[in-house]
Amino acid sequence: MTDFVEAIEQGHALQVVMMRIGPETFALGAGMVREIIDPIPTTRVAGARPHLGHVVNVRGNVVPLADIRERFGMPLAAATPDTRFVVIELDLDGDPTLVALVADKVFEVTAVALVSRQPAPKIGTAWRPEYIRSIVKSGDDFVIIPDMQAILN
Amino acid sequence: MTDHDPREVFLAEANELLDRLETTLLDLGDRPDDSALIDTAFRALHTIKGSGAMFGFDRVAAFTHDFETAFDLVRRGEVPTSAALVNVSLSAKDYIRTLIEDPDATAPVIGEAILAELERLVSRAKAPPEPAYAPEPEAPDPEATAAGWRIGIAFAPEVLRNGTNPLALLDELRDLGPCTVVPRLGNLPDLAALDPESLALGWDVTLRGSATREAIEDVFLFVRDDMVLTLTPLDDIAPAPDAPVAVPVPAVAAPVAEPVAPVPAQVSAQVSAQVPAKPSANPPAKPAASEAERRGSARGTEPRAASTMRVEAERLDELLDRVGELVIAQARLSQLAGHHADAGLQTIAEEIERLSAQLRDTTMSIRMVPIGALFSRFRRLVHDLSGDLGKPVTFVTEGEETELDKTVIERLADPLVHLIRNAIDHGIEDPARRGTSGKDATGRILLAAEHVGGQVHVTVRDDGAGLDVARIRAKAEERGLVAPGTPLTDQQVYQFLFAPGFSTAQQISALSGRGVGMDVVKKTIEALRGSIDITTEPGAGTAIVLRLPLTLAIIEGLLIRVGDGRYVLPLAAVEECVELPESGRSERGRDFLNIRGDLVPFLRLRSLFEAAGEPDPYQKVIIVSVGEAWFGLVADQILGNHQTVIKSLSKLHADVTTFSGATILGDGTAALIIDPAQLMAGGQIGAAPDGLRDYREVA
Repeated sequence: MTDFVEAIEQGHALQVVMMRIGPETFALGAGMVREIIDPIPTTRVAGARPHLGHVVNVRGNVVPLADIRERFGMPLAAATPDTRFVVIELDLDGDPTLVALVADKVFEVTAVALVSRQPAPKIGTAWRPEYIRSIVKSGDDFVIIPDMQAILN
Repeated sequence: MTDHDPREVFLAEANELLDRLETTLLDLGDRPDDSALIDTAFRALHTIKGSGAMFGFDRVAAFTHDFETAFDLVRRGEVPTSAALVNVSLSAKDYIRTLIEDPDATAPVIGEAILAELERLVSRAKAPPEPAYAPEPEAPDPEATAAGWRIGIAFAPEVLRNGTNPLALLDELRDLGPCTVVPRLGNLPDLAALDPESLALGWDVTLRGSATREAIEDVFLFVRDDMVLTLTPLDDIAPAPDAPVAVPVPAVAAPVAEPVAPVPAQVSAQVSAQVPAKPSANPPAKPAASEAERRGSARGTEPRAASTMRVEAERLDELLDRVGELVIAQARLSQLAGHHADAGLQTIAEEIERLSAQLRDTTMSIRMVPIGALFSRFRRLVHDLSGDLGKPVTFVTEGEETELDKTVIERLADPLVHLIRNAIDHGIEDPARRGTSGKDATGRILLAAEHVGGQVHVTVRDDGAGLDVARIRAKAEERGLVAPGTPLTDQQVYQFLFAPGFSTAQQISALSGRGVGMDVVKKTIEALRGSIDITTEPGAGTAIVLRLPLTLAIIEGLLIRVGDGRYVLPLAAVEECVELPESGRSERGRDFLNIRGDLVPFLRLRSLFEAAGEPDPYQKVIIVSVGEAWFGLVADQILGNHQTVIKSLSKLHADVTTFSGATILGDGTAALIIDPAQLMAGGQIGAAPDGLRDYREVA
């Protein structure tokens, strides 16, 4: 993620995985994505924060399942045939941590042209600005590059 | 092992030797006349010196040499062992350790001071006319002036496999002076039975010149434990130095009387030497047997040295991870096989189940180590503290053979240091006070370990004054930990001892009183999923019991269903299961049970976990114990036992304390492991442990 941001700041193009969560399109640096899996049975964690309410078994590791729709105030929708779990690796206080992310649909891996990068607008969005690293333009779409550390913690 | 840094090997070996040295010195303090102990200490020193020099730890070697020299006087009985000598030796041992671990940070002046003290003790104890000992006290050794040596060399057969090259050693002997080398062929088997990797030869060497005994022994330094070396000054035996046949090994009789010249390689050397020896019908049985006996007695101290091997701890961790994966995969296989009517598949599934269970047990047992090694570390601590504080203390250990997972043992070291320090500093009274209260002036610290159910209990018990409940309470009130006048049981008051920065010591000593430590003890033990009990009796002492799980990796669990979720309870905490009586079924019913006359409160997991769906009409109550307290957990169904491979929860779930971890079930889904202690500590249960007991007393 840090590499990603640095690369953006240095003006390079970057490989990202594009996905749709709720009505929005997000881009995650391809480097942080470990794998993309079909939905598997989840286990509810009583007492956990709503966006981290479940865990799943990813190759023998018990991994939190993050549903960031709640963080962005989006309505929760039932899984569709397009739903995927995107397993990402985050650096939390120096420890690499696996997190599975619910995505309504995963698109292709693509390069975003970083010249099109724009800072998150202060107004015009209901989201807390610290959740958004930046917004880039891909084709005609605006794509959010989320700050996963901030969103999950 | 070969791809390892030899210095690492030396460090590991030196650590072991230093530990052995320390234990020996402490034993020597108790039994000053035990010459076997003195020999052991001397041997340890000698090996440290030799390997230190070999691996470039020159300062270690130099210091150890001087230390050894002084100790040699003790070994030869010229200087008696004394408590002061043991103490100086202990500090010398510590100095060697620092020299090895961090030579740059070690000032030579410390070493010089230790040596000076050692010298003072040794020379004062020695007979008066003797001058203060010279750096080389071997000088008066009359043997050194002998015309030469008769050297008998008998190696253990496996030395070749350990990388020893006997010919190189013989060459080293040659460097000391002119040698006549005669092989002993008595043990040679027939050609067909010859194993080129095992050494059947021995040698008798006649060495002329002024080499010292020590110089000769040094040649064999690294194989000393695997051989029998006999040294006889030449003057002592019949003056027939050129007739090596006279050496007391019968089978040498005929064939090779010539000195064995350097031979190309050790294996071929054996074969070529063996060929001429063959025809002479050797009586191999007798010498072989006596050789074995001699070797056996010489190596009696370490009879199993060859049957153990060192393995890096990480590899064991990896192995356990793999076994964990296997157990999970096997559970899935079994479940799958259960759904199919295929008898062949079921047989294989059962076979794999059996094998993986055995593999799991074996792997777990590899990780189990006796706690004795940890216990022996504290002897030094007690010895030093008892000296520093002027409180004579006997240190007793029990249950050293109790085995625990190595990770648990490693993490126990620091908490035990704190507890033992506290016991000596605060627990044991000074001798005068002990005298007035009619106790033996010498205090007693007991460190014990025992298996209790699925747990290991490690106890630190002192026979001191006991805890002062009123003082702890006053301090807690002063620090605002509890409102004055709150009714508290003694157990609740003791818990304040574990509050960060809590200390009732009136004076801060170098050792304790700063209040750092007990909170660390508690944290460490809880991180190991253990708990701490304190019992104390005024005037009679205090016992602190650490209750620890046997292992951190795989536990026996009870699988239960709550709503549509499945959970695991550690079986070690489960006392019994009962059906929820009619009176408890409604949510507003009485939330306690009558278990054989005791009132046991219970907690409805359905409401705690906000479970969906209708409750099972016949809910079950699982009675669990946490320390002294019992309480019930209401579940919809008990599914059975489950081999639980513990997976830790992610950092992102650090705020969820109800669960101590997760595991993976047979169908591949994750299940959470309930932590009963946290349920109770989190106030989820109406009553705290002692409140509970009050209930029971009322009932």
